[in-house]
Amino acid sequence: MQRSLTFNIFRHNPQDPASVPRMDTFRLDETDSMTLFIALHRLREEQDPSLKFDFCCRAGVCGSCAMVINGRPGLACHTKTRDLPAAITLLPLPVFRLVGDLAVDTGTWFRAMYQRTESWIHTRAEFDPAAQEARMENEVANAIYELDRCIECGCCVAACGTANLRPDFLAPAGFIRVARFAADPRDQRTDADFYEIIGSDEGIFGCMGLLACEDVCPKHLPLQNQLGYLRRKMGLTVLKRLLPFGR
Amino acid sequence: MQIIHTDLLTIGAGLAGERCAIEVAGAGFSVVCLSLVPARRSHSVAAQGGMQAALGNAIMGDGDSPDVHFLDTVKGSDWGADQEVARMFVEAAPIEMRRLAHWGVPWNRVVAGTHTYWKGGKPFDATEKAENHGLIHSRAFGGTAKWRTCYASDGAGHAVLYTMDNRAAQLGVTVHDRSEAVSLIHDGETCHGAIVRCLRTGELRAYLARATLIASGGYGRIYRASTNAIICEGTGLSLALDTGVAKLGNMEAVQFHPTGTVPTDILVTEGCRGDGGTLLDRDEYRFMPDYEPDKAELASRDVVSRRMIEHMRTGKGVQSPYGEHLWLDIRHLGEKHIRTKLREVDEICQNFLGIDPLHQLIPVRPTQHYSMGGVRTDKTGAAYGLKGLFSAGESACWDLHGFNRLGGNSLAETVVAGGIVGRNIAEFLQGYDTAFSTAQVREAAARDEARIGRIVSGADGKESVYAVREAMYDILERAAYVFRNGTDLAWGVQALQEVHERAQRIGLASDGVGANAELALAIRLPGMVRLALCVCHGALMRTESRGSHTREDFPERNDRDWLNRTLASWRPGADLPHLDYEPATTHVELPPGDRGYGGGKIISA
Repeated sequence: MQRSLTFNIFRHNPQDPASVPRMDTFRLDETDSMTLFIALHRLREEQDPSLKFDFCCRAGVCGSCAMVINGRPGLACHTKTRDLPAAITLLPLPVFRLVGDLAVDTGTWFRAMYQRTESWIHTRAEFDPAAQEARMENEVANAIYELDRCIECGCCVAACGTANLRPDFLAPAGFIRVARFAADPRDQRTDADFYEIIGSDEGIFGCMGLLACEDVCPKHLPLQNQLGYLRRKMGLTVLKRLLPFGR
Repeated sequence: MQIIHTDLLTIGAGLAGERCAIEVAGAGFSVVCLSLVPARRSHSVAAQGGMQAALGNAIMGDGDSPDVHFLDTVKGSDWGADQEVARMFVEAAPIEMRRLAHWGVPWNRVVAGTHTYWKGGKPFDATEKAENHGLIHSRAFGGTAKWRTCYASDGAGHAVLYTMDNRAAQLGVTVHDRSEAVSLIHDGETCHGAIVRCLRTGELRAYLARATLIASGGYGRIYRASTNAIICEGTGLSLALDTGVAKLGNMEAVQFHPTGTVPTDILVTEGCRGDGGTLLDRDEYRFMPDYEPDKAELASRDVVSRRMIEHMRTGKGVQSPYGEHLWLDIRHLGEKHIRTKLREVDEICQNFLGIDPLHQLIPVRPTQHYSMGGVRTDKTGAAYGLKGLFSAGESACWDLHGFNRLGGNSLAETVVAGGIVGRNIAEFLQGYDTAFSTAQVREAAARDEARIGRIVSGADGKESVYAVREAMYDILERAAYVFRNGTDLAWGVQALQEVHERAQRIGLASDGVGANAELALAIRLPGMVRLALCVCHGALMRTESRGSHTREDFPERNDRDWLNRTLASWRPGADLPHLDYEPATTHVELPPGDRGYGGGKIISA
């Protein structure tokens, strides 16, 4: 039987001095194969054209449409209404600056992360256009790709206890980026170099181990594993610094 | 008003825009990239399949060379491509793939030994050479003589865009995201930058630049059903058209992808068919070999799309609440292959359609996919008509693809053209000076400000932006889809002219304050309708069938009269684009001939 869905949606327009944060209620009849992408666009086009939210690829690959869906961060585009109760509450992701209603500014946050982690290959090798490519084992390429699959949607950041408490926390998305370069033989940075980036309370040691990050990751990245791996690696790096024979 | 100065302004920060930006920043110039979304959310990220480059490392690509790639590309274009550009592209592509590997792209690599691959639904064994172990591997894609497509699992676009944006961050390229150019600043001879609207606040800013690059992607979203990201509304092309002097090339050349899924139009990659996926009809009968005995599902996209529609017209389509479709079958590829190499496809089926492709058939139909048309440039990437204006990637008509581009050639074009055009822009900037006029900036900004004010206040009328867009969708779907004819196109042009009138009278229903999507669309929509008119009018005038442009009333490819490129410009106050034509190519390596697939008659020159 067709359901009537009730949407409770957070509303606030920071650009309008008269705007006060509030919740608005909308009703919509459910249709087959309805996703939040379809539902939110119908609400905007049929009921309230001022409704603000972000979508881009609408295919789960670009990371634009993360929001808090009935209490849980997730991608709206691949959330099917049939998997939700008839009452649906939508909130913007916490931690990120609000653009309006459900839209938040992930771009600024992630650009700062690239700068902090120096999210690029560090190598002294020069590219030679006349040479054959350097060889790589296919398994290594696959392993890098697995860690490179983050779509920067911000779900893990929004679900992270530490990130919600301290804005300078690098957060799981930052750690997986470091792990991606640590796994890449083309990057010549050492453990000591990575320690400079993540060996602090704003880095890997600030994690409280709640591990909601992995639960909410829409790409099912191995955030927990990589966190443990980086912590062990960084712990060893500290030990080596403390012990005279490790220097 | 804030005024920002830079050497190069790029409109768009996808692969083409950032590749250019990297080249120009690397030469020591300042660069600002504008992007509607954070750079990594650009539509480039969605490309699943890969990039064509004749590396010839894989055993199934053995003996490949730029020459073979050139032949495939020109045939694929149905001789609409500029052959000098195609030659430059095929020679540079292998080097560019290696450069990307150097920058960090995790391309899949050759593993020596015997492997089981799939072709046309049948498995076969092939042995990769030991001496190529660890070099960049390649997979099959439609319309190619060799397996030539470099790939990174099922996310080449993602892997390359992330690497590119990393490289841009390393070089200090500035990206202003949530920023939309609304007009170009120019004097009819020289381009000086753009008036830009902040999509966070709604404020206007001026960017003054010695060189401006349009790299804003395609115009797929003028169609209702498109595989493109929802931001691909052709805004960069509209800006160029609105100058009155720049020209758009071959706007009627629009590609439809055979495997858009039903009902959400999300693309599943051609890699499915490359790896051995087959197309089935309502009786679960594999029909493609009946039409294309040799290439079957791997004929070029325009051919497969046409054959699918043709087959559905014989009553063999599957009926559904969302309209008619066919089936894509990848079940026989097995769990390991589907869950790893085709993982994105697997996820799309599970997450968006609620089906498991290991056990179920995937509903597919031809859906708008790629825009061959774009801002017409010369081989250096310089736009016709305005000094200091350049274009690269899908937004450009460079013209590598002619009337049909091959899978894997467009993603490769973004980085190859990006590199070539970027080097040319750096050369252009060296020793180039221009004078910026404050009056020109003030007038351009005042014009945009006034137009936006009238939309918000409803001074010109209260037409609903969404109703006007629906009207445009309806017309294009009937008049300018996979099959076209003179009657529908003539009707379409007239109907779009009426919609264009209505688009001038849009008034908002909301307040338009801040990050307001209704206003952003209202600003864009008149330009989108003008692009739709370029498509429809160009298609009506082109009385032949070539590549993706298929006229039921003129089924022959007519090399006698139409071996040329349509150039559309929009004169101030006009209600139709002005069309003129230029030869498809002045450099001829491969004279027009038979493509070897697709059937159809040719009227020789």
